[in-house]
This record gives sequence, structure tokens and C-alpha cells, in this order.
Amino acid sequence: MEKTQNNKAWLLVLPVLVLVAFSAVLPLMTVVNYAFNDTFGNNQFFWTGIEWFDDMIHSERLRAALGRQVMFSLIILAIEVPLGIFIALNMPKKGFWASLCLVLMALPLLIPFNVVGTIWQIFGRVDIGLLGRALQGMGIDYNYTNDPLDAWITVIVMDVWHWTSLVALLAYAGLQSIPQAYYQAARIDQATRWSVFRYIELPKMKGVLLIAILLRFMDSFMIYTEPFVVTGGGPGNSTTFLSIDLAKMATGQFDLGPAAAFSIMYFLVILLISWVFYTVMTNLDREEAR
Amino acid sequence: MSRITLSNLAHSYLPNPASEADFALKEMDHVWEDGGAYALLGASGCGKTTLLNIISGLLRPSQGRVLFGDRDVTDAPTTERNIAQVFQFPVVYDTMTVRDNLAFPLRNRGMDAAYIARRVDQIARMIGMEDMLTRKARGLTADAKQKISLGRGMVREDVNAILFDEPLTVIDPHMKWELRTQLKSLHREFGHTMIYVTHDQTEALTFADKVVVMHDGRVVQMGTPEDLFETPAHTFVGYFIGSPGMNLLDAEISGSEASVQGAKIALGATYGPMTGRTQIGIRPDYVTISDEGLPVKVKRVEDVGRHRIVRAEFQGQPLNAILPEGMSVPAEARAGFPPAKINVYANDWRVAPAGG
Repeated sequence: MEKTQNNKAWLLVLPVLVLVAFSAVLPLMTVVNYAFNDTFGNNQFFWTGIEWFDDMIHSERLRAALGRQVMFSLIILAIEVPLGIFIALNMPKKGFWASLCLVLMALPLLIPFNVVGTIWQIFGRVDIGLLGRALQGMGIDYNYTNDPLDAWITVIVMDVWHWTSLVALLAYAGLQSIPQAYYQAARIDQATRWSVFRYIELPKMKGVLLIAILLRFMDSFMIYTEPFVVTGGGPGNSTTFLSIDLAKMATGQFDLGPAAAFSIMYFLVILLISWVFYTVMTNLDREEAR
Repeated sequence: MSRITLSNLAHSYLPNPASEADFALKEMDHVWEDGGAYALLGASGCGKTTLLNIISGLLRPSQGRVLFGDRDVTDAPTTERNIAQVFQFPVVYDTMTVRDNLAFPLRNRGMDAAYIARRVDQIARMIGMEDMLTRKARGLTADAKQKISLGRGMVREDVNAILFDEPLTVIDPHMKWELRTQLKSLHREFGHTMIYVTHDQTEALTFADKVVVMHDGRVVQMGTPEDLFETPAHTFVGYFIGSPGMNLLDAEISGSEASVQGAKIALGATYGPMTGRTQIGIRPDYVTISDEGLPVKVKRVEDVGRHRIVRAEFQGQPLNAILPEGMSVPAEARAGFPPAKINVYANDWRVAPAGG
């Protein structure tokens, strides 16, 4: 078929282009500007080249924050994905209870981040919090403001509480789309429960699970509000994740140059990991389709 | 392998069925002989799949018993019934290879590896997929996947019955014919009881020794293709089987004569008095169009290749006739009704002649 050449169609893209430029590209350019210059205010800039980047790459502080960040993301993925699948598998498939479960599961997702943080901040307090008091009462020495391990556990449990629903709901949607005939065939083939999961449910859920993992990875990798409200990054630096550290550097210490260099590298890391994810996902698809 | 008996069986999808209309499957008593090739024929939504799922144990009937041989299996789960079932749409385990798919039912039953390998090769040869055994099932075409499903259905040698739920819906027409022939020869070779659900009469008539026609949740007739053609037990069978279906004319029956709005037609036998809506049925294949018989108004003639179909009107009621090749329609067309080929129906059910 002959294709019509009409370059006017490009004009249709213009509104989006303008919007994205104003909301994303131009602000990003400001960051780029700060990353390569030093300033003492008054809009006076001195070219520093890659000095800030060099500083940041060799900064122990940034490396430690990155390490904590990766650890955090890996831990919550390792908990939320299997737990979400497990919950989805055990949710009722239809009827009143299914609707009720869906609503209950959706609830944590509807709560604003800082409210989630506040809830857990109070919940875990040893003086007035239900959780903190209860644990203390049981003789467990729990205090998230003093003990790094307790702080980590609190932050992780909070994230699991907040976000497992997302994985569960996505997995549930994947499960619901499996035709009944597959389960019937499996029963006729005398497949075990594990085989049904391994050969029917998991392959059919793969698409949504990859989306879930990608979403949870990105969200957890940029986590800021909840741990900031609960622990403020402490005790010490133990729960200072990348974005908390970045915000401290930029708005606390006003080290705009290093912070800008830091955030550009942060952005590139996320971009890189997402790209790797995407490539792996599409390649897996293609390989299996062959 | 064993005989399948359905005793007093009925099923409703509603928890508290109030009237007969609530039943997807109306009460029935049937025996399916061991080793028979049955086709379950009927329009969509007539209860075919429900009946099939009851036999395979995927569904528990709301009343009645299912017996395999002498054993009551009404409450036995699918796995205990040792049944194979092939579904309308291909069900394959995507992440497994074709070989693993075929071997899956055998492995789950803990068969020995050498036997599995042998049997899988045999089945693969049968469905013509020997050179695809190492491929992942995902990404194969729909008919290749359905062939795998068929193969998985047939891989176990000791099954009580193999149930097919419209298995060839997604298959190419030429492939359909080939697979059906293969199923048929398999049936001859292994002698499994096979129940084949379809809404395609050609499929049913070519596959089965016995065709079971279902209509509105009821088995209306169970018989050989010939029975269904010559003596349909219900007007639905007459209408559903054959192309075009049986002519059904409202008529008054008295003794050995039918009167269609005054036009007298001789019947091959004598009938007792009957009530309700009475009709006579005759296959278009047996209606003769010539210059002898009763006058009809020819509407149009359709040429379908091997023969022609005459669409006519007789006493204000539609009448179809099949005109053999080489015959022509006279200007003053008249229709002949061979008495021996006429069936009589009262309220849609066939009436047997009085005194045979």
C-alpha cells in the first residue's frame, strides 16, 4: 500500500512536546546546569566541568546510600512479590467475598505516603504506639529510634503493608484471566497443586508480574516520604536511602552542585536498570515465542 | 474401560431449581456402551458441555447417579475417574516442550520413563508432530496446539473414556477432516469409549456409530446416523439433521391419511387418535417434484452443485425438495410424498404407527 506523506501530522505531537518540555525537560536542564557549575548565589555561575560528578562517584556517603537503597529494594521485592502471589492465589474468585477482599486490598494503596509514614511512626512508638508498646510489653526490646535493625524492620514492614496489595491485585488480575479449561485439563491430567502453579498460573501471570516487579522496583528505588516521616533516615544514617540523602544534601546543606550531579547519576541508574528490565522482558517474550 | 450409565440424572446451575426450566439438563436415563463412538449433537447451549462435564466429574450433578461399569462415581473426583477430555480451545502448558506436554499425564501417574518415551513417540507420530517434540508449546499455531491437546487426551491407554468437547472448532477445514479420520481409526485400534461433542452434523455423522441428539437440556434421540435420518424421534432431530432439514407440515391425522388443509396425503401406516399439534414430516430427499401428485407453488430453485433444492409452498406451508441432477421442474409442478417415508409427530414427538 502507498503511504501518504504528510508532514503536517507532526504538528499533532506539538502540544505533548511543549507540555513535556515545560514539565520535565526544562527543569531537568536546570539540574544539568547546576551539576556542571558552581554558584554562590546572585545567579553567578562558575564552570566546574565534571568535578561534582567526580566527587560524587568517589563519595563514601553516596556509595553507602546506594548500597542501602539496593538492599532495601531487593528485600521488599523478595517479600512483596511472593507474598502478593500467595495472597492472590488465596483470594476468592467471585462473589461477595471477592469484592470485599478487593476493597480491603485496595485500601492501603489509597493512603497518601506521608499519612502511611505518620501511621507507622505513631504505631511503632514505644511510649504511645500500639505496636511499640505491645512489643515492649512482650519483653522484646524494640525501638526504631535507637536500633538500626528495628528501624529497618519497621520501614520494610511498612512498605510491605503499603504495597503488597499492588502486587496481589496485579497477580489476581492475571489469575482471573486464565480460562477455566486450563484448571479442568490439569485435573484430568492429574496435575499436582504445585504443577498447576508452576505450569499454568505462573506462566500466565508472568506478564503482569514483570510489570509488578518493575513498578515496585522503581517505586522503592525512589522511596522518600515514608521512611523520612518514620525514621528521618536514622538512627544515624542507617535508613538514609538515596532520595533522603539527596534531599538532605540539596535542601539541608544547600550543596546544589553535588546534589545536582548526584541526582543526574541517580536518574541514569534508574534509567539503566529500567532499560535492562525492559530488554530482558521483551527478549524473554521473543525467545519463548520462537 | 467400562460402560457408562447415567441414571435419573439432571443438573441445574441454580441452587434451588423451582421449575423444569431451571434445569440445564433435564432428567435422563442412558447407557453408553463400552467402546462405542458416540457423538453428542445439538445447538449451542443445549446442555452438551454440561453433560460432558458431569461424565468427566468436573461438575457434580444436582440429582441422579453416574456409574462406570458397576461403580458409582457420582461423587468421585475427576482424577479418580480416569477420563481424558479435550476442550474446545487448545489447552497446552506453554512453558513445556511439546514432548513434555504429551508426557505430562503419564508422568503425573508415575509411569516408567521408558514407557513414557515410547508412548509419546507413538502419539507424536499419530498427530504428525514428531519433528516438533523439542519445541516450546508456546508460539505454535492454534491447530498445532489443539493437536497437542488431542495427543494429551489420547496418550493414556487405560482411560475409561475420552471426551471431546468440540475439539476441532479452531482447526483448519482440511486438517479437520484428517484429524477426524485419525480419531476414527484410533477408535478402531484401541477401542476406547469416545464421546464427541459437536454442533456440526457432518462431524457427528462421520465420526460416530451412535449419535445422541440433545435439545433444550434433553436427549431427544440416541441412534445410528441412519435412524436419525429415517425416523427422527423429535421434530428437532428432523430439522437439525439433513440439509435442508426435514419438511414439517401441520396436518390432521385420521387413520392412515393426513390432511394438510384439505389436501389428502396417504400415510404408510395406520395411526390411533392423537392430541395436540400434529405434523407430518418428510425429508426433502424423498419429496418428488414432477407432474404427478399434489400441486405446489415453486418459489425458487437453488443449485448447490450435486443436486438442486426446490423451495416451494404447499397449502401455504413451506416445502423443500431435493431434485436429482438432470431433472427439471415442470411448469405445473406437483409433489409426491412416498407414504413409507412419512413420519407423524404430535407435539414435536414422533408417534409410532398403531399396531406396527
